[in-house]
Amino acid sequence: MTALLEVEDLRVAYGKIEAVKGISFTVDAGQVVTLIGTNGAGKTTTLRTLSGLLKPSGGTIRFEGKDLNKVPAHKVVSLGLAHSPEGRHIFPRMSIEDNLRLGAYLRDDRDGIAKDIQRAYDLFPILGERRRQAAGTLSGGEQQMLAMGRALMSQPKLLMLDEPSMGLSPIMMQKIMATISELKAQGTTILLVEQNAQAALSLADHGYVMEVGKITLTGTGQELLHDESVRKAYLGED
Amino acid sequence: MTTKPTKPSKIARTTTAIIPLPATAARAVTIAGAALTLAGTFLAWTWTSDFPGDLTVTGYPGGLQVLTLVGAVLTLLFALSGYNVRGLGWLTPGGTNSPVRLSALGVFGTTGYTIGAISYELGGLVNLEPGAWLSGGGALLAVIGALGLPADQPHDEDAGLWGKLRNALTAPEPGRAKDLSSWAEILIITAAFGIGLWVFSYGIATEYSELFIGFVVLAAFAFSAVLRAGLIKRLSALTAKHRNVTLSAAFAAAICFPFTQSNDQFALIGANILIFATVALGLNVVVGLAGLLDLGYVAFLGVGAYAAALVSGSPQSTIGVHFPFWAAVLTGVAASLVFGVLIGAPTLRLRGDYLAIVTLGFGEIFRITMNSLNGTSGPDVTNGSNGIPNIPDLELFGFNFGVPHDVLGFQLTRPGNYYLLMLLFTAIVVMVFRRSAESRIGRAWVAIREDETAATAMGINGFRLKLLAFALGAALAGLAGSVQAHVSYSVTPEQYQFAGSVPPNSAFLLAAVILGGMGTISGPLIGAALLYLIPAKLQFMADYQLLLFGIALMLLMRFRPEGLVADRRKQLEFHETGQTDVPDAATLPEGATGVAKAGA
Repeated sequence: MTALLEVEDLRVAYGKIEAVKGISFTVDAGQVVTLIGTNGAGKTTTLRTLSGLLKPSGGTIRFEGKDLNKVPAHKVVSLGLAHSPEGRHIFPRMSIEDNLRLGAYLRDDRDGIAKDIQRAYDLFPILGERRRQAAGTLSGGEQQMLAMGRALMSQPKLLMLDEPSMGLSPIMMQKIMATISELKAQGTTILLVEQNAQAALSLADHGYVMEVGKITLTGTGQELLHDESVRKAYLGED
Repeated sequence: MTTKPTKPSKIARTTTAIIPLPATAARAVTIAGAALTLAGTFLAWTWTSDFPGDLTVTGYPGGLQVLTLVGAVLTLLFALSGYNVRGLGWLTPGGTNSPVRLSALGVFGTTGYTIGAISYELGGLVNLEPGAWLSGGGALLAVIGALGLPADQPHDEDAGLWGKLRNALTAPEPGRAKDLSSWAEILIITAAFGIGLWVFSYGIATEYSELFIGFVVLAAFAFSAVLRAGLIKRLSALTAKHRNVTLSAAFAAAICFPFTQSNDQFALIGANILIFATVALGLNVVVGLAGLLDLGYVAFLGVGAYAAALVSGSPQSTIGVHFPFWAAVLTGVAASLVFGVLIGAPTLRLRGDYLAIVTLGFGEIFRITMNSLNGTSGPDVTNGSNGIPNIPDLELFGFNFGVPHDVLGFQLTRPGNYYLLMLLFTAIVVMVFRRSAESRIGRAWVAIREDETAATAMGINGFRLKLLAFALGAALAGLAGSVQAHVSYSVTPEQYQFAGSVPPNSAFLLAAVILGGMGTISGPLIGAALLYLIPAKLQFMADYQLLLFGIALMLLMRFRPEGLVADRRKQLEFHETGQTDVPDAATLPEGATGVAKAGA
């Protein structure tokens, strides 16, 4: 089986400061893979590079065997990579439905789009109830749902979620995590970046631990969850 | 949530009036005052016809008296509606007393202004005849009575006078309207546009500035009164239901306009307003939809006008060709489009302020270049500061735009002809704007404006779409420019400045868009009409025009930043209630339904 996404020795720098210092990982189709680590580990930088918003300074990114290094950001989506960015970045003054429609910007199959909008409403009923409301009036958790629904609208082969639980109440976070496992059950391939290691690892097939730009540890979700050093560093146990 | 500053339960809320009077007495006083004002307008206000409008005739109101009369009738109607007089209830579905207050203030303003103007211009109060005293006294009485009426909405009991006054001029939203048969609704829309046309042509045809000032004062108060009464809300519910009828009614009213004008000068004002408004709408694509700040937009109007003038067959044109009109229009549009792309391509890769600076520069470079291509400092293309004069009148299908025509017994003069031609072009631009705003591209523009990074992550090619908006905007300006060249007979570089006393110029165009309401269709049209009409009518203030313009803009930005006609999105942007994550228990249900209603 070939990997859907292969990252090899990826390096990303902001000016002279290297934020990602040569990392390699793979995501297979149908898997949920998570990158965990503290603030400043380079997780968000990695995702932004994958979706073309940042240019790598070295290494290769291959998606379905195709080199992504030189593909501009607005073309990455058409290849099947969707990015739900950190901090959600929904369009606050547009209606919820228009936000979803923008997620399907590159598609032109009217019926398919209508069907997928309905699917998003089934997944997140609150969005359907408020479809005409401006997205900025939603709560943080609902905005996160919208951001995920919007990313799904492009029918991605790989869904990249950047800290979906950030700033949410514990109940809302549980809801979001439940949705991610629901998506996983439907067969969506997900690359999940999280600070909440417990939640991320318990539903991930595979996990990578990042520390200051490097991957320091790798294993299946369960292995990492029970790894002593992970428990000490990220799960707050002595 | 524990540190909320105000709890609704702590302070009692009342609707007590500003002037303590029993409600019935207050209403009676208001009605008596309005009736006295009305009666006064039939008497002479002054002894000499030196004051414009001839206010000396008894039994036949003229000039400013007519305005007072209209205002007094409006006050009477609103006040009687508050008595639950049968057949008048429909006038006040929203507030009942605040419209009375506003219209009474309007009458008082106009009458007071007239009395002041008579005394000032003729030298003293001695020039007033009893009619003026009667109307003035009546208007004052009506205001006192109106201030004695209870407020429509409760206010905090400890509110100061200013807070009370502000509250007294607000009103609750009207409830749902009774369903009428659709022909009745269409009739109402038609009647509303008929009234609108009448008010607008009256404003354009005001022959002296006193009358125009009185008109503006009364119109502003009367409009607020009608707004508070809830009639505008009712009307916009109807227009939203019958959008195509509304558009046709608007254009039918606009077509009627030149037939109501016997004076060439006023029809020309109409044509120039249309040119200004069309260009403003084009700018609205760039600024309102795509969020690109263009400070040199008038240059694209100039490019279109110059291109059309060069191929117009003017004897002073350096290119001795005479294109038919359609080809001249296409030339103008194409030239502007090319310049739009040339200016846009290198600059649109930048974000925000850089674009504003570059476009500001381009606007000036255009004017200077047109001045310099005069044969001495450069090749002779544009005749420098002399411009291209003697642009011949158009002739389309044997219809000469330069001479008057009789249509159905009405005379259509030269400006009237051009007005109608320009109206056609305005219709085209409105259609282009509407189609593109509601399309996938329009959504992408708004997305770029809101969050360019997120838009890119959706697969939107930001640069290409911004260039498209810029080029489309430029082309629309070029379209208007090609007509403008013919309307004004000549094109000169000084017509296309950043800021000047005659619109359109870049600053006024931008102001028309912002004043009217970004991202809307009617907003820039209304904004452009106001910004053209007010300086044209009040020429005695020409020296202070930019000062007043600046003050007006500051006041607007303070009190109504979303513009006169608010786009739903803008309203959210400027009146955010802070963090929506933690809903305010007291205000949430109200706000939530408001948004839902606006979206429906």
